[in-house]
Amino acid sequence: MTEMSYLDGNMLDGPMRELFTVDLSSAMGRCENCGTTGSMASLHVYSHAPGLVARCPTCEEVMVRLVRGPDRAWLDMRGTTFLQVPMPMEQTFPGPL
Amino acid sequence: MGIVSPGFQGRPRTQEPALPPGQYLTEDFPVLSAGPTPRVSLDTWEFVISAENGSEHRWSWQELMALPQETPMVDIHCVTRWSKLGTNWQGVSLDTLLADVDTGAHFALAHSYGGYTTNLPLDDLRGGQAWVVHTFDGAPLPAEHGGPARLLVPHLYFWKSAKWVRGLRLKTMDEPGFWETAGYHDYGDPWREQRYQGD
Repeated sequence: MTEMSYLDGNMLDGPMRELFTVDLSSAMGRCENCGTTGSMASLHVYSHAPGLVARCPTCEEVMVRLVRGPDRAWLDMRGTTFLQVPMPMEQTFPGPL
Repeated sequence: MGIVSPGFQGRPRTQEPALPPGQYLTEDFPVLSAGPTPRVSLDTWEFVISAENGSEHRWSWQELMALPQETPMVDIHCVTRWSKLGTNWQGVSLDTLLADVDTGAHFALAHSYGGYTTNLPLDDLRGGQAWVVHTFDGAPLPAEHGGPARLLVPHLYFWKSAKWVRGLRLKTMDEPGFWETAGYHDYGDPWREQRYQGD
């Protein structure tokens, strides 16, 4: 029997795109348990389960759980203190061109 | 005329065993896991039942093995839709483990090495319906399948049969566990297809 392994957080991009319009693989997140801040793409994602379970690569605590039912989805991010999402520069004045 | 008569149908096929709705039969034993596999030494392993009044009952590995052993053969049903029939286990009935526990609680939260939790009504752990099992098909339960010991509650979806089980917390109020707080059904009866909240 082989040891159960995980995928990297890039695999969250497709499933999360159903919920968010932003590209989460380029977002940074902070682990609520140990404080590590890093790319969401670096999370360890366990997908051979009733849902997706993404864990902190440093302390292995759960940061994200995503369950997809046939007509509903549940997203639990209590293990993630914040998400830092890249956004286009806000322009208060018209650009030079 | 050919050797095989087209009219010959052989012995009637065995009736396909009834499966809960939405399930398919598998001969494999798929490994599902929500995290790294805990490796628990038998020297330090323990099972603890904590009653709602704060009292605790503990068993070491040797103490668990010294209890009366049962060998349930049961069908198991995973919420990811596979079912496996006639699985063979050995372990200790929860009736035995709960026998001396003084409690008025109606609920239990099973908790595991590695942090997993799942909630069950205490009545579903009694009456010959649930075991702490350590042997599968005559061999020690592999860590991937929850060894050294896991809960076995075959009349509910298999996520209720917590791998790497470490104990039960008895509660007067129901407290949802790992999957139950993320959309899965509080009870999880496969015959009523209680997969998600509201099913």
